[in-house]
Amino acid sequence: MKSWDPRIEEMPKEDLRKMQYKLLKSLVYRLYSFSPFYHERMKEQNVHPDDIQELSDVKKLPFMFKRDLRDNYPDKIFTSTQEELVRYHVSSGTTGKPTVVGYTQNDLNAWTASLARALTSLGLGRGDVIQVSYGYGLFTGGLGMHYGAERIGATVLPTSVGNTERQIELMQDLGATAIACTPSYLLHIGEVAEKMGVDIKKDTKLRTGVLGAEPWTDRMRTRIEDWLGIKAYDIYGTSELSGPMFTECVEQKGFHIWSDLALVEIIDPKTGESLESGEKGELTITMLQKEALPMIRYRIGDITTMDEEVCACGRTHPRIQRIQGRVDDMLIIRGINVFPSQVEYALMGIPEVGQHFQIVVERKGALDDMLVRVELNKGSFSDKINDLMQVRQKVEHRLRNSLNVNVNVELVEPGSLPRFEGKAKRVVDKRSL
Amino acid sequence: MDAQKYVIRQISIFSENRPGRLAAIAHALGEEKVNILAFSIAEANGFGVVRALVDHPEKAHDKLMSLGFNVAFTDVIAVRMKDQPGGLYEVAKILGDAGVNIEYSYAYSGKEGAVLILRVDQVEEAIKKIKTSGATLLERSVFH
Repeated sequence: MKSWDPRIEEMPKEDLRKMQYKLLKSLVYRLYSFSPFYHERMKEQNVHPDDIQELSDVKKLPFMFKRDLRDNYPDKIFTSTQEELVRYHVSSGTTGKPTVVGYTQNDLNAWTASLARALTSLGLGRGDVIQVSYGYGLFTGGLGMHYGAERIGATVLPTSVGNTERQIELMQDLGATAIACTPSYLLHIGEVAEKMGVDIKKDTKLRTGVLGAEPWTDRMRTRIEDWLGIKAYDIYGTSELSGPMFTECVEQKGFHIWSDLALVEIIDPKTGESLESGEKGELTITMLQKEALPMIRYRIGDITTMDEEVCACGRTHPRIQRIQGRVDDMLIIRGINVFPSQVEYALMGIPEVGQHFQIVVERKGALDDMLVRVELNKGSFSDKINDLMQVRQKVEHRLRNSLNVNVNVELVEPGSLPRFEGKAKRVVDKRSL
Repeated sequence: MDAQKYVIRQISIFSENRPGRLAAIAHALGEEKVNILAFSIAEANGFGVVRALVDHPEKAHDKLMSLGFNVAFTDVIAVRMKDQPGGLYEVAKILGDAGVNIEYSYAYSGKEGAVLILRVDQVEEAIKKIKTSGATLLERSVFH
């Protein structure tokens, strides 16, 4: 598979590190000199640009958090003037107050280049029709993917989210070969297509899914791939980094994080200490070339591991593994950490139940009570109450084994759980703590 | 003996245990002009199974499936009982003596007497025993 930018993508690791060091050094000088926010942060941390003598000195720099953006709403820490900006995006605010990201033309160019490399690495290019079913507008997903897809010469079908039946008609009529959306929206599209009598495998040209903006699992990937007859690739990014930026390549073994754009660290979320390559921890990213809203050691809150081996595809840039959970959507049930992605992973291995689920947490007396509502699959319905009880017990048993916490399961009717067109909200936490 | 003519197709519907579910099912069947001849609800913690004998099982099945319900066909048999004390005993004894287990059962009392609907573990055996004992099995054509 050809690279979009072979000089960068296949650059020897040593050269990549040298480039990263140069970029980091000049970034830190620039921010220390021109940004009151970063200047003050570095003073507090007692670090001066001269202290950055090698790449690993990045550890000396202070962390940034989502709250830094919220506290400085809307644009107090931007390092470009409004005249230099060509675009704003505003985050959805699902986890708190919205945050605003500004972009210079160079920022948009870097973001688009990142996606051009990524989409090429998973096999898309000229001749493909890419249906962009991420939301267009304040959310970064739609426009980001749109620019990236145009850049590689693919034909963009900008359907955005919603009006699912029309999406399926257009997918057929215009021969979409790829779709970019959240995995939960693709499941919804699959279900609606079935109701319409459209077999995505046979009746469309779809062969690639670029899925992200919410955590999902490898088992869900297998299910989507088998069901819809496509290859499903994970995509990663957040608005603070620019938007969706990094995808898996055809090897499907983690996201390539372009080293000229981003410096990755994996840290222990409790101590902030850097972890060894391969250890699981919190993803921390320094954006090396952003102009309007630089991000230094930004703690995204996603839990993953990093792999620095050269990929079988030939790209030398490090890969991070599929996101295994978020520090902040972690539930604590009776003192035990539970990630919704663990629930999803356990459910994917049980053929009797569907892909959708809802977690309801309540406090009963002094104890947390966790209920998982799952849809009984059509093929698994038996007239016998006993069989149904056994299905429920099986699900409860599996969840208890993988989460180490007691879980009640409720079997519900197919199609009765909420479907999401954007980010799935699968947890209802009724505890008032 | 053609046992098949006594095998009746019951439809079973998975239902959450919350207000309005039976109404939703009944409304769908009403809309399709499907008449319910007998039915029962079995309840477990959090969900239930609605079982019904209807005059057009295929129509009922397709309509409910299209609305997203989990629907299955189950084979049952129907035995005429005397609508008087001891009527149920006569039928139950025949099956008990034959070693046929009743998984579940429900009954209705109509113009032409009482009828017991049975789901048993050995359908053919049950039909044979009931026939030879002289009790009356209702044919499928009575229902649909």
